[in-house]
Amino acid sequence: MRVEITVNGQPHSREIEPRLLLVHFLRDTLSLTGTHIGCDTSSCGACTVLLDGVAVKSCTVLAAQADGCAVTTIEGLAGEDGLSPVQEGFRQCHGLQCGFCTPGMVMAATALLAEQPDPTEQEIRDGLKGNMCRCTGYQMIVESVQWAAANGGAR
Amino acid sequence: MIPAGFSYVRAGSLEEALGELSRHGDAARVLAGGHSLLPAMKLRRAEPGVLVDIGRLRALSYVRAEGGQVAVGALTTHRTLERDPVVAEQVPLLAAAAARIGDPQVRNRGTIGGSLANADPAADLAGAVLALDGVLVARGPAGVREIPGREFFTGPYRTALAPGELLTEIRLPAAPGRSYAFEKFSRRALDWAVVGVAAQARPGGGVAIALLGMGPAPLRATGVEEALAAGVPAAEAVRLATRGSEPPDNAVASASYRAHLAEVLVGRALAAL
Repeated sequence: MRVEITVNGQPHSREIEPRLLLVHFLRDTLSLTGTHIGCDTSSCGACTVLLDGVAVKSCTVLAAQADGCAVTTIEGLAGEDGLSPVQEGFRQCHGLQCGFCTPGMVMAATALLAEQPDPTEQEIRDGLKGNMCRCTGYQMIVESVQWAAANGGAR
Repeated sequence: MIPAGFSYVRAGSLEEALGELSRHGDAARVLAGGHSLLPAMKLRRAEPGVLVDIGRLRALSYVRAEGGQVAVGALTTHRTLERDPVVAEQVPLLAAAAARIGDPQVRNRGTIGGSLANADPAADLAGAVLALDGVLVARGPAGVREIPGREFFTGPYRTALAPGELLTEIRLPAAPGRSYAFEKFSRRALDWAVVGVAAQARPGGGVAIALLGMGPAPLRATGVEEALAAGVPAAEAVRLATRGSEPPDNAVASASYRAHLAEVLVGRALAAL
């Protein structure tokens, strides 16, 4: 089947198998490997992307379901003026160690700040419940999101 | 993990979806948010020949208050239930249960119709719908049918839906201002309930209590309900929590542990009312 999916503002039209998962469409078909596959069971959140602005786990979405939709991945966040506030927050506050969970964490945080520009610490922790990090203990991730909220938010 | 091959049909209307389901019979599965079905397909526990995707049928996503009832479209996401002002005011137990499902990304995609039709014996929303005396509306080749929640769940992953029928709406008697409780015990954060309890104070007094993870299907704790109605103190009534249940004995938890949990969680729910 043919799908037309706009990824990071760029339209893509591809012939795919219906069983192709969105995460494989991004990584294998489009070579956008910033989106990671962690658990592959919709638990860990490493594969989180925005589907029409909504945070989803792309290992549990068919590319066919994203036909006609707009997807934003980690590659789509930085603009001409540099890193997005969430990306910069992770850099400033050391919100990562190994970095494997980071793309999903950044996308989930971006979605969170789009809905709640000024979240409490608890709201940040609740908003990131679908994303696991095995290095940081989360504290510096929360601080990174707080930094982003104070410095431009979801952009 | 990659699902087995299938053909994919995106329904453009409810009629088209029903037509596809009739045409393909047992080979077809309905795809809504896909957050139960796709993981099962990736594990090859489900290998449907045809997926009928109803995800674009926006007309099936709504929450409406009508005549003392709340009507919820089958495609309404958990995230919407969690935040919808009508749900919060009229059937807050449903919002409380929805908020306990998975995580934000899962709740963004998962739908109430998908969860109920999947009929996991520990599904949070099933408990809320049972305790609220909900009615499920199905459409199929023979027309529209209303199925009481207590008759809908017939076994693990089995429902009263007939072949070719599609769950389209859930109707819940409004319970504004009445107290409720949702208790859930999981082994890990974000996991399914080992045992869950949904409790709703009823209009004429008494409490409706639903149990999750205590049998092949979610069920009402009628032993406790009847004891409370007869004036038995809550501390004593909770001992009847397991009456009529058949708690599974498996790797997640032993039957006796589940029975213990049911008493404790029903007790907590009653204390919270």
